[in-house]
Amino acid sequence: MGFSWIGTILAILAALGFLVGNQRGQGLARLGRLHSLPRYHGVFVALWTALPGLLIIILFAVFSTGVINGMIMENSQGGVENAQVLSVELNKIQLIAEGSMPFREGMGISWDSVERMKNLYRDAHLSALFCVIVVGVMGFQYALRRINANFRARQEVERIVRILLVMASSVSIFITLGIVLSLIFEALRFFAVIPVSDFIFGLQWSPQTAIRADQVGGSGSFGAIPLFAGTLMITGISILVAAPVGLFCAIYLSEFASPNVRGWVKPALEILAGIPTVVYGLFAALMVAPAISDFGGQLGLDIASESALAAGLVMGIMIIPFVSSLSDDVINAVPQAIRDGSLAMGATEAETIRQVVLPAALPGIVGALLLAISRAVGETMIVVMAAGLAANLTANPLQAMTTVTVQIVTLLVGDQEFDSPKTLAAFALGLSLFFVTLILNIVALGVVKRYHEKQ
Amino acid sequence: MVGKNVNYSFETMHLEASKSITPPRVKMEAKGVDVYYGDKQALEKVDLPVPLNRVTALIGPSGCGKSTFLKCLNRMNDTVVGCRVTGSITLDEEDIHSPTVDVVQLRARVGMVFQKPNPFPKSIYDNIAYGPRIHGMTRDRTELDQIVEESLARAGLWNEVKERLQEPGTSLSGGQQQRLCIARAIAVNPEVVLMDEPCSALDPIATARIEELIDELCNKYTIIIVTHSMQQAARVSHYTGFFHMGELVEYDHTEAIFTNPQQERTKGYVTGRFG
Amino acid sequence: MNHKNETPEQRKYLAKRHAASRRFRWYGIMGLGIALMTLFFLLGTMVLKGYSSFFQTQIQLTVSFDKTVIDPLGDQSAESLARGDYRAILGNALKRVFPEIKSRDDRRQLSKILSDGASFQLQDLLVSHPEWVSTSQTVWLIASDNVDMWVKKVVDHDLPESQRRISDLQAKWLAFLETNNQLRLRFNAMFFTSGDSRNPEMAGILGAMKGSALTLLITFLVSFPLGVASAVYLEEFAAKGRWADFIEVNINNLAAVPSIVFGLLGLALYLNLMHLPRSAPLVGGLTLAMMTLPTLVIATRASLKSVPDPIRDGARALGASPLQVVLHHVLPLAAPGMLTGTIISMARALGETAPLLMIGMVAFIMDIPGGVLDPSTVLPVQIFLWADSPERAFLEKTSGATLILLAFLITMNALAVYIRNRVERRW
Repeated sequence: MGFSWIGTILAILAALGFLVGNQRGQGLARLGRLHSLPRYHGVFVALWTALPGLLIIILFAVFSTGVINGMIMENSQGGVENAQVLSVELNKIQLIAEGSMPFREGMGISWDSVERMKNLYRDAHLSALFCVIVVGVMGFQYALRRINANFRARQEVERIVRILLVMASSVSIFITLGIVLSLIFEALRFFAVIPVSDFIFGLQWSPQTAIRADQVGGSGSFGAIPLFAGTLMITGISILVAAPVGLFCAIYLSEFASPNVRGWVKPALEILAGIPTVVYGLFAALMVAPAISDFGGQLGLDIASESALAAGLVMGIMIIPFVSSLSDDVINAVPQAIRDGSLAMGATEAETIRQVVLPAALPGIVGALLLAISRAVGETMIVVMAAGLAANLTANPLQAMTTVTVQIVTLLVGDQEFDSPKTLAAFALGLSLFFVTLILNIVALGVVKRYHEKQ
Repeated sequence: MVGKNVNYSFETMHLEASKSITPPRVKMEAKGVDVYYGDKQALEKVDLPVPLNRVTALIGPSGCGKSTFLKCLNRMNDTVVGCRVTGSITLDEEDIHSPTVDVVQLRARVGMVFQKPNPFPKSIYDNIAYGPRIHGMTRDRTELDQIVEESLARAGLWNEVKERLQEPGTSLSGGQQQRLCIARAIAVNPEVVLMDEPCSALDPIATARIEELIDELCNKYTIIIVTHSMQQAARVSHYTGFFHMGELVEYDHTEAIFTNPQQERTKGYVTGRFG
Repeated sequence: MNHKNETPEQRKYLAKRHAASRRFRWYGIMGLGIALMTLFFLLGTMVLKGYSSFFQTQIQLTVSFDKTVIDPLGDQSAESLARGDYRAILGNALKRVFPEIKSRDDRRQLSKILSDGASFQLQDLLVSHPEWVSTSQTVWLIASDNVDMWVKKVVDHDLPESQRRISDLQAKWLAFLETNNQLRLRFNAMFFTSGDSRNPEMAGILGAMKGSALTLLITFLVSFPLGVASAVYLEEFAAKGRWADFIEVNINNLAAVPSIVFGLLGLALYLNLMHLPRSAPLVGGLTLAMMTLPTLVIATRASLKSVPDPIRDGARALGASPLQVVLHHVLPLAAPGMLTGTIISMARALGETAPLLMIGMVAFIMDIPGGVLDPSTVLPVQIFLWADSPERAFLEKTSGATLILLAFLITMNALAVYIRNRVERRW
């Protein structure tokens, strides 16, 4: 990667800029009183030297590979039937050019194109270096020219820093935008092949048949209803577990437990919350699913070894600490005064909690549960490991069901090409997942926020 | 009514004729009450009789222990972690800490109104009906309606809210909320009502309204009021106890406390030299 | 009204209320009990199933390094040694221990008590001890995974022969080796020093650990400066208004977006658009950085918010510029809180699996990654991969790797709690 070299050179330039600016500042300071400390002059010059170059490096890093690939593709002579084959070839060329794959005859690519790619990369790095140096020197000179006895270096530096801060804080907006755009863009490509109505209302999900778009009858069926049903079922089971248990944990911790008990139990719940989902998935697949299956066997029930029940139960356990800590916050926000009011009426603790505290906390608790549902809907590893892959449209939680997230993973893992309806379907599923959780989150966060403002 | 003739200092005092219709009897009585929060002692050896159907005011500078003492009388201190109460507090000669006394029942007999109005986040009706409901005091809706109306009427709030009983209690003004809380407290028909600075969050007009109410209520209930304002104590109470630094410095007829205090500290406080 | 003369109905009603209260309290205790029992059960299962992965079954053999067999080129170069037929000398060594075994079938069975890795082990030994050529040496060699499971009693010895991977004959040989002290369980250093392998007895987590470290490094380098900068801007500079509200709502929502969606974004952005290498810690780190950024911003803002305004006013009164106020006064005071928030979000990133599956970090990779562009995997993905493997012995590895991962996470969280409690200021 040549960019680390260019980055180093840029850093050296910036350091030089600082030294020169600092010196200039000190020189001026000897002549008379400066507005800012000399080191602000140094920082000012350094920023003007480094920032434009940094922008160029980022632009090159983002776009160079795409542009080079485009040039290689344009140049590759015949024999390439479609874009997918081409992308596989490009991948090979790239790997060989990077030296992470040996070149052999009969790989379907020519050594010429490898050479060409190597040259293109070298050219790209050289031109990037050139641009960085030119722009850096220009910035350096501009900054130096601005420094004089009346120059307010600190103000200028703070202005630049402020702009940088604004840019940093808008990154999160770009992330959201990136999510929305990439999902919509890829999903639209999917819906160009599969009608939206087939996706949303179709009862049959079997993408496995569509290995390649050009295969005969290879369009597969992409009816997402079984996935939505599976997601709903597993989410439902998990909320049935997590809502009462989590809520009662929160009630006990906030209303009954002594500080000592709280001091021990809260960290334990935090550990439970900090366990990675893959470990819960392992737990579900290794312990819970076989146990349920065995237990069902003893009752004479036929329970699949990968049942929706097992995945739902373990997911419920996973979100217990989530529900509990959110509800704990909400319950603690209920003013002590109305608790005292109820107790002073001669209500028992349970009556106080049930008839005064919980109704008061209800909006917040509903918000917490909505967030928990959103979390369960988007949870991936537990269901990947314990819920199964078969898209059954059933109301029986003892059977294997699959979810939206499981299908996203199975559609994309191990696939190198991103143009078949099969892989694009993952983005369509991702889009529906994103919008459902987004709505849940907006409603939940709104409810919780209003609740906390009211208290 | 169980009670006994007062054999305390105020027996020897001369009582103002207008305020002593019947000879006062002791409804509640504290003897040698110590309160600790953890290692810190908040109250020391408090002896205080509470006469029946009279208003007793507890005054003193902030942090003197008057609210702490008030909370001992209905055992609200039980809910405070690390709080320990020793000594004897009796209600109708029965120790309220004795194992035969149920704290739930005790609090039904000794109601409480707090410093800040704290209506439940329920309708006005449900706020009042809360106590009768949990204590199972009514058999049907009409009985409950009656209690609600009576309590609100006695708290002087009925005419203001009778059209809007289903609106949330929090929609009322501060003074109305406090009267709602008083109505709520008397809805379970308590014998004693504790008031912890009930007017400190209210404007002067609302305060005057509550003070009138206290005056009316003492015909039926024994009232103990903690107050910051000496004027208020002088206006509403028959007896006054002065607390300072966790001690009950002086207890006497209100008149006597304000005109002829026996203790130097009391004199200093009521004349405004500290506090 | 005299309460001493309450009616029996009243007394009964009161008793009922108290019973209801007690019941309610018990529901709470039961809720907590379920949560804590599960935690206990989960950790207990992992420890019970996983601790044996830290041990390795080894078999002692006296191997004669016949020069003609192991050094076909005769120059003792690494290239020549790599071409040696180590299976043959292992076979001879085994034959010396069990001279009575003649049939071909039995011989094959016998050779299967050693791991495929034993040959590589011999080769490595020779490279580091060239003087061993043409001598006989007694060495401890790795046993196969089936033997390992048998010796650790993970498989039931009483099962009928047809249902276990170790035949009666092999069991007899193992018993013989054990009585001769030629069989031992030792600390499994290999588990911590090697990468993934198709053979469970040779598989290790170093590759995944290093992958995790590199990924986390990228995540930190990207998300920490961006997170602190956005939090500082939002909390200290931004005028309260629609734009700040919009960013805040956006960040709160982003924090609740499912992690797999970030994986999809990473796939579309870094792999499809920017053509960065698949399976690379660089891409994994960038993807996780997008995921941790919102939580980091929220945590940092909370700790900035906890610095009281009088400190800002005091600094401003001395003529400090807004930036100086933040750099010299607010940030140092908020640092412990920021550190706690950072550690917790890094711990979350360390345990994250789903988004990394999207960007191809799920491949089988034997090599230990050397840089952020090398294909690699991470600990949680390694757990996922091993959990999917059919070999019984991988189960133990899975649980062992889980223990390591949990140890890291719990240490990080404990550190965060410690810092929070230790340095927490009460204003």
